[in-house]
Amino acid sequence: MNERQQTLLEFMQQQSDKLAVQTLQHIGLTFISLFIAVLIGLPLGIFIARKKKLSGSVLGVAGILQTIPSIALLGFMIPILGIGAKPAIVALLLYALLPIIRNTYTGITGVDASVKEAAVAMGMSKWQILFKVELPLAMPVILAGIRTATVINVGVATLASYIAAGGLGEFIFGGISLNNTNMILAGAIPAALLAIIFDFLLSLIQKLNFKKVRRVAYALPVLLFLLSSLYFIPSAYGGKLTAGFTPEFMGRQDGNLGLESKYGLKIHTIVISDAVMYKAAYEKQLDVISGYSTDGRLKAYGLVVLDDDKGIFPPYYAAPIVREDALRKFPELEKTLNLLSGKINDSVMTDLNYRTDYLHQSPERVAKDFLVVHKLWKTSREGNGGIVRIGSKIFGEQYILANIYSMLIKGYTNYNVSTKTGLGGTKICFDALTNDQIDFYPEYTGTGLLAILQASPKIITEVTKNKDSTYNYVQQEFKKRYQIKWLKPIGFNNAYALMMREQQAKSLNIKTISSLKRYLNSK
Amino acid sequence: MIKVDSVSKHFGKTKAVDSISFEVQEQENLILLGTSGCGKTTTLKMINRLIEPTSGNIFINGKNIADEQPETLRRSIGYVLQNNGLFPHYTVAENIAIVPNLLKWDKKKTENRTAELMEKLHLTADYLHVYPNELSGGQQQRIGLARALVSDPPVLLMDEPFGALDNVTRANIQKEFKALDELTRKTIIMVTHDVQEAFELGNRICLMDKGTIIQSGTPADLLFKPANKFVKDFLEDQRLQLEFKAIKLIDLWPLLPDHQKDKAHALPANTDIWSALELLRFHNAETIDIRNEQNEIKTIGFEQLMSAFNQYKNKQA
Repeated sequence: MNERQQTLLEFMQQQSDKLAVQTLQHIGLTFISLFIAVLIGLPLGIFIARKKKLSGSVLGVAGILQTIPSIALLGFMIPILGIGAKPAIVALLLYALLPIIRNTYTGITGVDASVKEAAVAMGMSKWQILFKVELPLAMPVILAGIRTATVINVGVATLASYIAAGGLGEFIFGGISLNNTNMILAGAIPAALLAIIFDFLLSLIQKLNFKKVRRVAYALPVLLFLLSSLYFIPSAYGGKLTAGFTPEFMGRQDGNLGLESKYGLKIHTIVISDAVMYKAAYEKQLDVISGYSTDGRLKAYGLVVLDDDKGIFPPYYAAPIVREDALRKFPELEKTLNLLSGKINDSVMTDLNYRTDYLHQSPERVAKDFLVVHKLWKTSREGNGGIVRIGSKIFGEQYILANIYSMLIKGYTNYNVSTKTGLGGTKICFDALTNDQIDFYPEYTGTGLLAILQASPKIITEVTKNKDSTYNYVQQEFKKRYQIKWLKPIGFNNAYALMMREQQAKSLNIKTISSLKRYLNSK
Repeated sequence: MIKVDSVSKHFGKTKAVDSISFEVQEQENLILLGTSGCGKTTTLKMINRLIEPTSGNIFINGKNIADEQPETLRRSIGYVLQNNGLFPHYTVAENIAIVPNLLKWDKKKTENRTAELMEKLHLTADYLHVYPNELSGGQQQRIGLARALVSDPPVLLMDEPFGALDNVTRANIQKEFKALDELTRKTIIMVTHDVQEAFELGNRICLMDKGTIIQSGTPADLLFKPANKFVKDFLEDQRLQLEFKAIKLIDLWPLLPDHQKDKAHALPANTDIWSALELLRFHNAETIDIRNEQNEIKTIGFEQLMSAFNQYKNKQA
């Protein structure tokens, strides 16, 4: 994984198994949802073409569904349908509905009135008019709608990986988290190609003349059904326990790769976003998950961390990383940020996270409460000595840290603050820093070592022996390569950890990763 | 054959058709004549139940059409539309075969009947497998007519059948239409706003305005016994030509000189004056011979014809 000069082609060859599985899943997801959307949308479109009074409200509802952000829609599905294929298919089909309903409606109402009148006057029944006149004449418009829906679905299906439904999104989002361009492209290029190919094939069907369209109308459902079934080919295997790992964890040496190489752990794994992973574990849809050791949901959902007895998870001590030119521009900054150094240990951080993630307190409130308790709180000086730009990644802990830093800067210096929180992953956050879009953000030593520096396996084993050597190594390298300074560590270690439900771990007597492996290997 | 009995159609508060009644005899050609919005098309469409009347009854052969299945009713009535209404996704042959297929004819019968009609309408078999958009306007209208005639329905409804055609094409198709033996056996109701067309093709004319029938009668009735000023004004612009078309030679028979020359090429006496004038003027005939139903023959020239026409008109006035 960590050879530096690996080309895209090499990556795709190396990962060809996964690529094939993900592509099949992607095509399957796209077409299952499309198939169902056609089954619903076509009759609905015909219905509102008959009852024009209803057309406004039906098209309105379908239009609103279309405007819901895809991630949010997937989120809404989880409480109802859980994780995996079902919610993904439902979400995709909701997106596909609008173009299909609208084009069916437009196509049918657009049939020449005198042709329809002739059909009625010759004594055709309603159904004969529908199947022999209206549908064939509306077919090019309907096909255009299906074509639009297909392209939308290929795109949105990349998000299905967030809720463990697979697809090429696994590579794309894994790659973004891991700062691995090859991995992003290995997902993005096939996804783009799928969109282009399906668009092209459907455009050919659209251009066929009327006679052939009649045959296509029969062939299309069969074809859709066959393509849909592709989804089920890869998921025909199972196991004793099911693990849910984030895309990032899947591709990391200190993640699933390490579990496989050092522990020899083989477990039935699905890829899932960390936003829903903990809940899924709590609801017994997953048994083992890859979490963070300071995550508040650990406490909220009754999960326990399995002991990393072979030490594959390197230390992840958090510290602010700052542009050196920002330190020169804001001389007070380093001193202020270091106020927090050593103040937050693992249990404090878990508690802070618990408050935001589970008690739903706002990060601002949690940050202020913390500062007040530790007697660090000072009211804002409302200063105007320049603006410090703070970044954060897109999870609770980073929001809290960004808020604490913001309050410290406002209280102890004359600088003002702008925050750019919720930058979606290491790559995006770090690129924002190197491109001078932000001045600093909290980073973790392990992430710096593995995801950003992409150190060789030899260096990794050497510097991950203890937390100080890791810190020293990343500090030196960041200064050299990026002119970015690691300030003093905040104190907690938010390392990767495997976790299980406390009850299940107890009953199966699993305490360490090695014992998990022994359980899986036993009959 | 067809009886329309105090039929009304209201769209909201508008009375599109207001309690009209008329009858059409078997093999008669009735014209519903009037300006746009007079209710003539609505009246026509109520006869094959494309529009359901608000009140009143329509009988075909004594049967109330409201008691019949609309689909069954429509399959026994030919319908020709202004914009032909051909199915763009069907070939000419498939278009013509629509009603036979609905009636579940066997393939051979449909093919034979199609070939017969194509010949009568002067279309070659090459056209059978082309799509309507490859045909000229006149050809499309002929196919529309063939489609309406294929199952040989006793009744034919025509909604401005020649309205979308240019003048030259229209004149040609009207001529063919008059000559087509299929049509002489049919009871036809045709809607038009074209007075010339009405006089050319109709046995009887219903002149409509604002949803009611102003006058119903033969072309000559409308010309010489107009019911009111509206009828008179409606025909005023083209009066002379209409009179020539409305009056047949047989009407002038007693006024024509008794003189006979040639028996062989005599015209039938139900020829209208317009056609006789055409023969005299455009074909440079000195005289023409005409024959009445009793096989009496008369020979007339231009002057004799005009003087008989004048005497006839004086008598009408």
